[in-house]
Amino acid sequence: MEKKARLLNMQVNLDEFIPATEEEKEYMLQMRPSTTFFRDGMKRLVKNRIAFISLIVIVIITLASILIPFFWPYKYDTMLGVRPGKPVDSSYNNLAPFHYGKTELKKIEAGEKVFPHIFGTDSGGRDYFIRVVYGTRISLAVGFFASIIVLIVGMLVGSIAGYCGGVVDLFIMRIVDMIYALPDMLMVILLATVMKQTLGPAIEGTVFAKIGSNIIALFFVFGLLYWVSMARLIRGQILSLREQEYVLASQATGAKARWIIKKHLLPNCISVVIISTALQIPSAIFTESYLSFLGLGVNAPMPSLGSLASDALNGINSYPYRLVIPAITISLIVLSLNLFGDGLRDAFDPKLKH
Amino acid sequence: MALLEVRDLHTSFFTPVGEVKAVNGISFNLDHGKVLGIVGESGSGKSVTAYSVMQILEKTGKILSGSIKVDGKELVGLPEREMKHIRGNRISIIFQDPMTSLNPTYTIGHQLMEAILLHTNRNKKQAYDRAVEMLKLVNVNEPEKRMKQYPFEFSGGMRQRVMIAMALACEPDILIADEPTTALDVTIQAQILELMQSLQKELGMAIIMITHDLGVVAQMCDEVIVMYAGSICEQGTADEIFYNPKHEYTKGLIRSIPTVDNDGEKLQPISGTPIDLLNMPAGCPFAPRCENAMKICLHQRCPRMQINADHQAACWVTAKEEMEKEGVCNG
Amino acid sequence: MADTLVEVRNLKEYFTITTGAFTSKPLKAVDDVSFSIHRGETLGLVGESGCGKTTVGRTLLHLYKPTAGQIFFDGKEVKTKKDVLEYRRKSTMVFQDPYSSLNPRMTVADIIGEPLDVHKMYASKKEREEKILDLMAKVGLNSEHANRYAHEFSGGQRQRIGIARAMAMNPQFVVCDEPVSALDVSIQAQVINMFDELQEQMGLTYLFIAHDLLVVRHISDRIAVMYLGKMVELADAAEIYDHPLHPYTKCLMSAVPLPDPKKARENHRIVLSGDIPSPLNAPSGCPFRTRCPYATEACAASMPEFKEVQSGHFVACHRIQEIG
Repeated sequence: MEKKARLLNMQVNLDEFIPATEEEKEYMLQMRPSTTFFRDGMKRLVKNRIAFISLIVIVIITLASILIPFFWPYKYDTMLGVRPGKPVDSSYNNLAPFHYGKTELKKIEAGEKVFPHIFGTDSGGRDYFIRVVYGTRISLAVGFFASIIVLIVGMLVGSIAGYCGGVVDLFIMRIVDMIYALPDMLMVILLATVMKQTLGPAIEGTVFAKIGSNIIALFFVFGLLYWVSMARLIRGQILSLREQEYVLASQATGAKARWIIKKHLLPNCISVVIISTALQIPSAIFTESYLSFLGLGVNAPMPSLGSLASDALNGINSYPYRLVIPAITISLIVLSLNLFGDGLRDAFDPKLKH
Repeated sequence: MALLEVRDLHTSFFTPVGEVKAVNGISFNLDHGKVLGIVGESGSGKSVTAYSVMQILEKTGKILSGSIKVDGKELVGLPEREMKHIRGNRISIIFQDPMTSLNPTYTIGHQLMEAILLHTNRNKKQAYDRAVEMLKLVNVNEPEKRMKQYPFEFSGGMRQRVMIAMALACEPDILIADEPTTALDVTIQAQILELMQSLQKELGMAIIMITHDLGVVAQMCDEVIVMYAGSICEQGTADEIFYNPKHEYTKGLIRSIPTVDNDGEKLQPISGTPIDLLNMPAGCPFAPRCENAMKICLHQRCPRMQINADHQAACWVTAKEEMEKEGVCNG
Repeated sequence: MADTLVEVRNLKEYFTITTGAFTSKPLKAVDDVSFSIHRGETLGLVGESGCGKTTVGRTLLHLYKPTAGQIFFDGKEVKTKKDVLEYRRKSTMVFQDPYSSLNPRMTVADIIGEPLDVHKMYASKKEREEKILDLMAKVGLNSEHANRYAHEFSGGQRQRIGIARAMAMNPQFVVCDEPVSALDVSIQAQVINMFDELQEQMGLTYLFIAHDLLVVRHISDRIAVMYLGKMVELADAAEIYDHPLHPYTKCLMSAVPLPDPKKARENHRIVLSGDIPSPLNAPSGCPFRTRCPYATEACAASMPEFKEVQSGHFVACHRIQEIG
């Protein structure tokens, strides 16, 4: 029988008044499941719908640019209508989207299957859709690799300047200032022109020739000029992290500079670095686009979104779609990368955390 | 009627990770001219209580239920424009960190006069005179010169005095001091506490002193409330709480302070870690850390019991003692 | 003669603060301090802001290069880089802020094991793991938590992680820089007990820097009091509290609020007027003279000598014979 008592007008079970065991107490305390900083940030990123959609867009575009050429029936440099030994069949040229040329129509009537030109053809009779896809490939590759170069050079220089301080820092930062002062467009054009003369003959016949000396020049330019903002960013981060007590604790154990930079300083910069790189890619793509627009980009026949736009200027009144399509593609890539970068920053920036 | 009556206050913060139940049903009174100490550790809800009274909670915080009455007037649910007349005027607050409580871009004089001009009918000249008067009251030397200076020219102790001057400029009935001396050195702390005591006697206002330092409580407070995880464990006069504690948490706190008496012996700490307010257990929040916890402590919260005229506690261990005294628990 | 582990002679640590475009002033954080710490004892170091106690602790471990003076460890002077490296293996520090002294990107195991990694103190991965778990058990941390990150723990637990890291190298000398100031009262007692236990188990010598006088009294054998970069008194713990000789120490002791209402009411507090001067503008001669009730002209003229006035009791005061 349960013993009950009245205590302050409450019914209490007297059997409960025996000491509780340790297990019972521990059961009441549960630690929250472990999350790392990364997982926390990813959760927040996924919740941000705009950033998530942007990410999907980027992934789709990237996959498309990689995979489509494998099964697309047309090649980017095949001028349909040009057959060796026969006169040029100009019915393939300047077709509007989803239109067929005379020769193709005849083929269809004869029962052959002709794959539609989704974006039409250009003045040389090349399928425009595949050229846009290749152009996207080039733009993304340039953007990606240029950003990697910026990242590596910037991180190296920035961390040395930030950690060493003193004269080393002073020296490096003055170089950074000088480079900042140079007008980048001018430098790019100058370097591209110079490289064309020097590198052009050197790389002929190799795989680089296909990409073109201009693009190599572009990578060079990025490696020489654009790392400065990353370096400044990293230096700033390291300067503030250097004062953290865990760095002091590491020094107290006798750790050397390299250890501290590798283990403590750089890992804590990672979120900043990722965000900065994500925002750097669209900038690189944009630079490549206008360079190609100016004629300093990829060599023909390799298309790039900028060169396609440039070529399309001639026929802008009759074939406006040829300018609009690459322009929209560039805008879409740059916009989604920017929005994704913003989303990354919101998700990972520790200052916004509660 | 008490000056301040709080009944069954519930305040929570709604964060992205869940509801943080900062205050869970507390009730207390503050009489005219008395000093009430609210003692607790981090997460106990003592600051949130004060902010609830002043209605200066963060955006994510909300008073869910309960009543707060000042001289009979209900504050919960009061529209903001009426609450503005009460803040700074009838109830003032001083904060812990004097470095960040003052605006670095305005002179001290400007900030002092701001409160006066807002709440009283004085003109600028009168407000200036009153501000100088307040600085003299808090023992700031050369008050006219100080009026033109900026906060960075003041030391920590001076800034806290200025905060007190600002808080008292409109002669409030209640002064809430949220850990006012935690950031100060010991000798400066002594000065500030002495100043507060003398001002309290002179102006006859009531003070709510929020702190985690039992030494400060012992020196300043007439009555004490001990809080843990948003609930009141025990409340009573300072003598009762220190010499006759009736809640296991209070007993543990007092035992774990190093004093002259336990010099050389091992301290008796409270084991475990402070509670996670997102994961509140059913029953007494202190039970998982309590040496003498019983099974009922883990499942049910103990209601408040009257120990004697000036002392209330909510602890099953004490309840058991009382029942044994009355011969209920035998056999 | 007790066995001296650490000895400091005429230690000075000045920082240059730029006050103008071309001018700068020295901030005399530590100004000619001499003392010694015996093997196995706990020397408490107290003082208010600007007194230089944290700087003493860090300079003692060569985290700041001393401007002048000598540091002796186990009889040998610590001077060259080689000395410092050897010294770093035998001495270590526990920091005040449990939130900024642990790298948020490292797991608990990595944080505690870092000293072992830096000095390659193990032969295999398994040995490293064993050592780390052993250290965690020593400070009362659950071994299951080894792969969690620091931010998931409470302040008290983080401080335990910091202590485990300090103990990894089996040091002889530990500088504890306000290790319990940032913790809740109920957790402070746990951590203080742990310091005591570890000292017994491992035969450690502590320099315990703190501003909470009650805590310092409990854990220290002897206590040193600093004011504006100078050491003003050094004596046994009980002596400092019961019979302080220096005027500053007397004020300091009486200003401590006692957690005992009756005693608090009886206590006659010596309340000092004025604020603590900035260390940039330290008064000439004795730095305490601007607030000292016994100050005379002689006090402004020269800094009093830090000398032994009673057995084991050192004071720096011109008028000590008259006041004491």
